[in-house]
Amino acid sequence: MKSLLAINTVAFKTMVVREVRRFTRIWVQTIVPPAISALLYLTIFGTLIGSRIGEMDGHRYIDFIVPGIIMMAVITNSYSNAVSSFFGAKFQHYLEELLVAPVHIVVILAGFVAGGVARGLAVGALVAAVSLFFTDITVQNPLLTILVVVLTSTLFAIGGVINAVFAKSFDDVSVIPNFVLTPLTYLGGIFYSVKMLPDFWESVSMFNPVLYMINGFRYGILGSSDFDIRWSLFVILVFIVVLGSVALFLLNRGIGIKQ
Amino acid sequence: MNALQTKALAKTYGSGLVALKGINLEVQQGDFFALLGPNGAGKSTAIGIICSLLNKTAGSIEIFGHDLDSNREFCKSQIGLVPQEINFNVFETPRNILITQAGYYGIARREASTRADEYLASLDLYEKRNQTARTLSGGMKRRLMVARALVHRPKLLILDEPTAGVDIEIRRSMWKFLSDLNAAGTTIILTTHYLEEAESLCRNVAIIDGGEIVESGAVEELLSRAMVQSFVLDLAEPVSVEIDLVGYRLISQKPRQLEIEVNTGTSMNDLFAQLAAQDINVLSMRNKANRLEEFFLRLVDENKKSNTA
Ligand SMILES: Nc1ncnc2c1ncn2[C@@H]1O[C@H](COP(=O)(O)OP(=O)(O)OP(=O)(O)O)[C@@H](O)[C@H]1O
Ligand SMILES: [Mg+2]
Repeated sequence: MKSLLAINTVAFKTMVVREVRRFTRIWVQTIVPPAISALLYLTIFGTLIGSRIGEMDGHRYIDFIVPGIIMMAVITNSYSNAVSSFFGAKFQHYLEELLVAPVHIVVILAGFVAGGVARGLAVGALVAAVSLFFTDITVQNPLLTILVVVLTSTLFAIGGVINAVFAKSFDDVSVIPNFVLTPLTYLGGIFYSVKMLPDFWESVSMFNPVLYMINGFRYGILGSSDFDIRWSLFVILVFIVVLGSVALFLLNRGIGIKQ
Repeated sequence: MNALQTKALAKTYGSGLVALKGINLEVQQGDFFALLGPNGAGKSTAIGIICSLLNKTAGSIEIFGHDLDSNREFCKSQIGLVPQEINFNVFETPRNILITQAGYYGIARREASTRADEYLASLDLYEKRNQTARTLSGGMKRRLMVARALVHRPKLLILDEPTAGVDIEIRRSMWKFLSDLNAAGTTIILTTHYLEEAESLCRNVAIIDGGEIVESGAVEELLSRAMVQSFVLDLAEPVSVEIDLVGYRLISQKPRQLEIEVNTGTSMNDLFAQLAAQDINVLSMRNKANRLEEFFLRLVDENKKSNTA
């Protein structure tokens, strides 16, 4: 018999291929809409309104919002890819193809997360390409930028899997994105610097994890952040570890997938 | 060695429904084994637990001598499952479904593609390999699940009603296919509601009802234990007078048809002698039902009576 490591390596590759094929096959639903909304944001907020705002944190307003807009696309797409792929597999029962096979739960989680990250990055890259029509910013710290974006999409893809584990209907799949994710992203300083907020709301914002991600990413691109970049990385990593453990616990118990 | 052994396997669903009351199953390596039982007996529940799709409530399972709980990956790699309900992604093509499933068992893409084509061909799906699975007919979908279950060449193949909704011709070719597979060494466990299928294919059988095994053993042996057989006799001319039989039980009488119950081991010669003496001319005779079916029905019926008593 093949070693379990060999089996799981092939299984992981198989999952990644399947995941990427899934979202590229339905690219009109998965890739195009975020690019269009980014285009709208950049035109309306960046160009039209942004020209009246002037500078934010020492940058042109449009330059300031570009990182946040890319990040918003990455976050929503990583999340929704993982949640819809996992829930689809559960709903149509082809998750069973994985459950009967000798695939380790870490690989099952990693496979779905990799799919989410792949779509998050693909859409992120597309939105970044669109934004080049509006700005000509050069990335200050490419390595850090990539690190932050990969970690962030990993985190939200894990979140998507957890959501899908508990979801019983397609409605449950959209509750978290609509009522949690969107508010957190908008309040995470895409369009403004939290320093502009009254002290109280600035403190409240500090509890919003998305703030750290957007700021970390903005730091990588523009070289400026509302606070220390090491904090950003720390917060993201802590969330990955916590949510990753929760996801593995759920999968191991078979909660939501095995009766 | 046993390909499968369950000990006191029990399952209570979250709803409180007791689906398995502690069943002991033993399937020898190389066997062709039938798991029979009426709707809701617990067959799919047992299979679901054996294949790691359901959590058990109590008991233990061994696959080729390895405990499922402590050796789950090994056990999983030995089993191929054809589930009762369609469970593939209907937007995928048969070929991709097989390649993906093979990948989950660690078979790399190139080898997986070869095998996919091989099994699609042997289940007569090669022509359809590149169209979305949604467009396959019901019987083709079942065959696709058989192909998928085989792609990692399991030593134990478990089929949960694989021939439901499959036409007679294909069903027969599937029987031949499964027999050959079994002859080549694959242990097969089959559930079916077509008892002639079980009778002609399987060597051993367990009958499960209400979450309990009510009978098990070699098919031949169970059949020989069946106490009575019913026959339907077609008559040459209509008979209106009441027929009198000694030593045989007349179940029903129509002008051109008699139904007669005969105890196992009783000679039929005397029956024909008695009928001839009453000027009754028998044109043809057949078993009322397939023998295993009759045995099964009696058993389930008795079980029902003893449960309500
Ligand atoms: N998910 C579930 N939740 C609660 N009860 C269930 C569930 N699945 C099955 N049952 C119940 O468990 C019992 C056994 O069901 P099971 O599917 O194992 O029967 P079966 O022998 O496979 O029947 P069939 O021949 O109809 O396929 C039935 O009473 C069924 O209603
Ligand atoms: Mg069933």
